[in-house]
Amino acid sequence: MMDCMPKDVMTAVSTDVIIIGAGPVGLFAVFELGLLDMKCHLVDILDKPGGQCAELYPEKPIYDIPGLPVVTGQELTDRLLEQCRPFAPQFHLNQMAEKLERTPDGKWRLETDIGTVLEAPVVVIAAGGGSFVPKKPPIPGIEEYEGKSVFYAVRKMEQFRGRNIVIAGGGDSALDWTLNLEPLADRIALVHRRDEFRAAPDSVNKMRALVADGKLDLHIAQIAGLKGQDGQLEAVTLKGPDGTYDLACDTLLAFYGLTMKLGPVANWGLNLHENLIPVDTEKFETSEPGIFAIGDINWYPGKLKLILSGFHEAALMAQQAFRYVKPGEKLRFQYTTSSTSLQKKLGVA
Amino acid sequence: MSDDYKITVTDREGVEHVLDAIEGWRVMEIIRDHGLPIKAECGGACACATCHVYVDEAWLKKLHEPRDEEIDMLDEAFLVEDNSRLSCQIIFTPELNGLRVTLAPEG
Repeated sequence: MMDCMPKDVMTAVSTDVIIIGAGPVGLFAVFELGLLDMKCHLVDILDKPGGQCAELYPEKPIYDIPGLPVVTGQELTDRLLEQCRPFAPQFHLNQMAEKLERTPDGKWRLETDIGTVLEAPVVVIAAGGGSFVPKKPPIPGIEEYEGKSVFYAVRKMEQFRGRNIVIAGGGDSALDWTLNLEPLADRIALVHRRDEFRAAPDSVNKMRALVADGKLDLHIAQIAGLKGQDGQLEAVTLKGPDGTYDLACDTLLAFYGLTMKLGPVANWGLNLHENLIPVDTEKFETSEPGIFAIGDINWYPGKLKLILSGFHEAALMAQQAFRYVKPGEKLRFQYTTSSTSLQKKLGVA
Repeated sequence: MSDDYKITVTDREGVEHVLDAIEGWRVMEIIRDHGLPIKAECGGACACATCHVYVDEAWLKKLHEPRDEEIDMLDEAFLVEDNSRLSCQIIFTPELNGLRVTLAPEG
């Protein structure tokens, strides 16, 4: 019986609310939804919760969080994680929310790029500036090579055995993959714009040793163009201090950090306004009933992209989400200061 | 009067925009406030390199030297030149009245 069911139906996880984005606003939404007895699953493309706060500025002080005169991005993330812990949120990290569709019974079904399937009556898009994706060199025609001979990540090292690889970048990703792939590759050339590397000093020392042993080529230059055909790279054009030259290779791995793109959210049939999702200011619901958008990704007249705005939006969203998740139940608004039932949920009473 | 201060920003299509500049603002903030396409994803924390600009050669020497943090971050920008700067690290002062910069290509 079971094995005749489609695989995706078998593996779908049912929950109350699916939250896309585990940044500060997504985390606080777990808290507000939790107070109203709703359980959450969160999906994030990063390998950790915290969104921009954890990825872009973990060490930078933030000064406009109410009640916290100064807090770093990482500290704020840690505090929010602690605050929502009583509600046991489930995280699905390192994956991108890819497909969203209605199920026959009126719920929402979300699928990620690595095959996680979640079902819930409510979806909350708290995706900030969109998904963090690798920066791509602004070289015309690069798309034709992507996935064939130009890559921005290494999924399987074996794929690169025997290849003649150019690795571009000067951070930890570039250096780590240079060191890891060197034994497998036919030849590796590391290309970086200056003869200084911000990667971990130990990796830099190991890289320099490989260069000294003649096992690795180092080019102080920038990628200026690609040569090849039908998606197969034959050379990269490099621009160095002494001019422009071609370097033969069959693979380019480019590591220039991450940038934010709206991504698959744009294909879900929601109304958009300049890459933002318009919502009402009572429930923060999108053009699709049961799909909400809170935090930097939403738009309404007077919108301010502040973390505190997202917190407010999360609280109001939760009121309406309750009506979808628990139809027929009466919503009783209570304060954490006085309600023993809320305090029990928080584990303090 | 701050009304008198201007900077000129050339966008990626080559169109020049003369913008009102405010003392103490980051050049990135001035560009963003006028609605020109600059991502500035990290909001001025010198953590993303998406506010990369080329500074007109005549103005280059009038800017303070980039700190190590800015030079490191430029590693995540593309087509970096000797006149590349992150505009979030340039604070506008009256001495920079007339500054000219060009938006760099986006990755």
